[in-house]
Amino acid sequence: MTARPEALPTQEMTINMGPQHPSTHGVLRVILTTDGEVVTRAVPDIGYLHRALPDIGYLHRALEKIGERVTYAQFMPFTDRLDYLAAMNCNCAWAWAVEKLAKIEVPERAEFLRVIVCELNRISSHLIAFGSYTADMGAFTPFLYAIRERERVNDLFEMICGNRLTYNYARIGGVSGDAPPGFLEKTKEFLDYFEPKIDEYNNLISYNKIFVHRLANVAVVPAAEAVAYGLTGPNLRGSGVSFDLRKDEPYSVYPKFDFKVCVGTGERGTLGDCFDRYMVRINEMRESVKIVRQALAMIPEGPVLAKVPRVFKPPVGEVYVRTECPRGETGIYAISDGSTNAFRLKIRTGSFVTMNIFEKITKGLMIADIVAVIGSFDIILPEIDR
Amino acid sequence: MLKARFGDAVVELQSEGFSPAFVVVAPAAVRDVARFLADDPALSFDSLMSLSGVDYKDRLAVAYHLHSLAHRHAVGLKAFLPTESPELPTVDDVWPAANFHEREAFDLFGIVFTGSKDLRRILLPEDWEGHPLRKDYKYPDFYHGIKV
Repeated sequence: MTARPEALPTQEMTINMGPQHPSTHGVLRVILTTDGEVVTRAVPDIGYLHRALPDIGYLHRALEKIGERVTYAQFMPFTDRLDYLAAMNCNCAWAWAVEKLAKIEVPERAEFLRVIVCELNRISSHLIAFGSYTADMGAFTPFLYAIRERERVNDLFEMICGNRLTYNYARIGGVSGDAPPGFLEKTKEFLDYFEPKIDEYNNLISYNKIFVHRLANVAVVPAAEAVAYGLTGPNLRGSGVSFDLRKDEPYSVYPKFDFKVCVGTGERGTLGDCFDRYMVRINEMRESVKIVRQALAMIPEGPVLAKVPRVFKPPVGEVYVRTECPRGETGIYAISDGSTNAFRLKIRTGSFVTMNIFEKITKGLMIADIVAVIGSFDIILPEIDR
Repeated sequence: MLKARFGDAVVELQSEGFSPAFVVVAPAAVRDVARFLADDPALSFDSLMSLSGVDYKDRLAVAYHLHSLAHRHAVGLKAFLPTESPELPTVDDVWPAANFHEREAFDLFGIVFTGSKDLRRILLPEDWEGHPLRKDYKYPDFYHGIKV
């Protein structure tokens, strides 16, 4: 606290803040202790969604408990609710975990289709991150642009799996169905349309003076700290750590593709600040476009679903499978006791782990910066509450 | 290597059917083993990917999943605890990432991490009774007079 004249008595104030970011709808409360406009402490209060009741029908509740009560295949639709902005990635994470546990072989065409939808979903998820972040910072137009582009991805997803929000496409052993006629061409059309837009965003907002000032040098996470706190995904790479599970612990058909891992460079301020985390996502959209283009060119013919019984019993064992979701590592720790249900299921998500560092790095910031920090982490609440 | 250093505190190695393999250690030794795994230059497990409570019905367990960015290898660490008074030392000073995970295991399994700076319920309300991910958990009918 700074020294102040006796004549000007001030006192600390506690403010409840949030929800403010679209993906923190109603459930993230930040308890701010402020000294004037400076935040002396910001404690995230999470957990309003989780009631640990097996009530099926609510949007997202006690996923891990439900996972112990339904069969492996039946759990698939619940993974959509894990991160509704990147449901495809969560679907596939669950499928990859169970397939490893039960030693199921997946046809190659299915893996290609999974990679295509996962990368498209990464683009649409990063679009929301970008759009809502700029809206948080007071610029509304880029938000509309981002939604406009995301609608085109949603059109593609509606075509392939019938849904526009809780996409459910992966199945244990493959995907629910082959790409409908015209899907692959339409995907290519989308990429051609979308790729130049990234430059447009950069010209429009990324290097805007006010925007940069709000982000640069704010909430710096040094690389060592990012690792110690277990940050993953764009939040880790924003600190300059080159670690991407798609590249460094390759799974599925990712080794077949040529793409680069985007890391923060301290471009406009200190390495690991809000701007770096923002920029990593912008650059990653370009890499995802690259991956989808290659996948479209290389996709083989063949079946898309292995013959897997509706109810199966994986052998006794335990796996921990890590996948690169838009919000960082989604790790599935599944224990099989040889029955039709998982004995224990732990879902480790990027947003949950990220919130751990929140209190530490927000000390001494201004109230308006808290908004910038939450947006730069791109958290989503169902991942935190599961 | 761990066996040589920690002797009987290292109970067994679970590898068949386990991915990654688990080193099972005595609960009291968890923190020392963790510190060694993190600091030894040949191992340098610098990131705690995940920490999970498990209820094996007759006993509880805490499973740690570790990864090394420097060497790109992974290992599991596991400690079995009695169901009645499950206690083991915290590792939040070895990996700060442990804090939220430990709070979650405390909340949902009732596992107490001694020495933790901030062990509170994280997902459920402070006054919630019981630990829902225990296998013998009974669902309450009412919470503060509200039907659940």
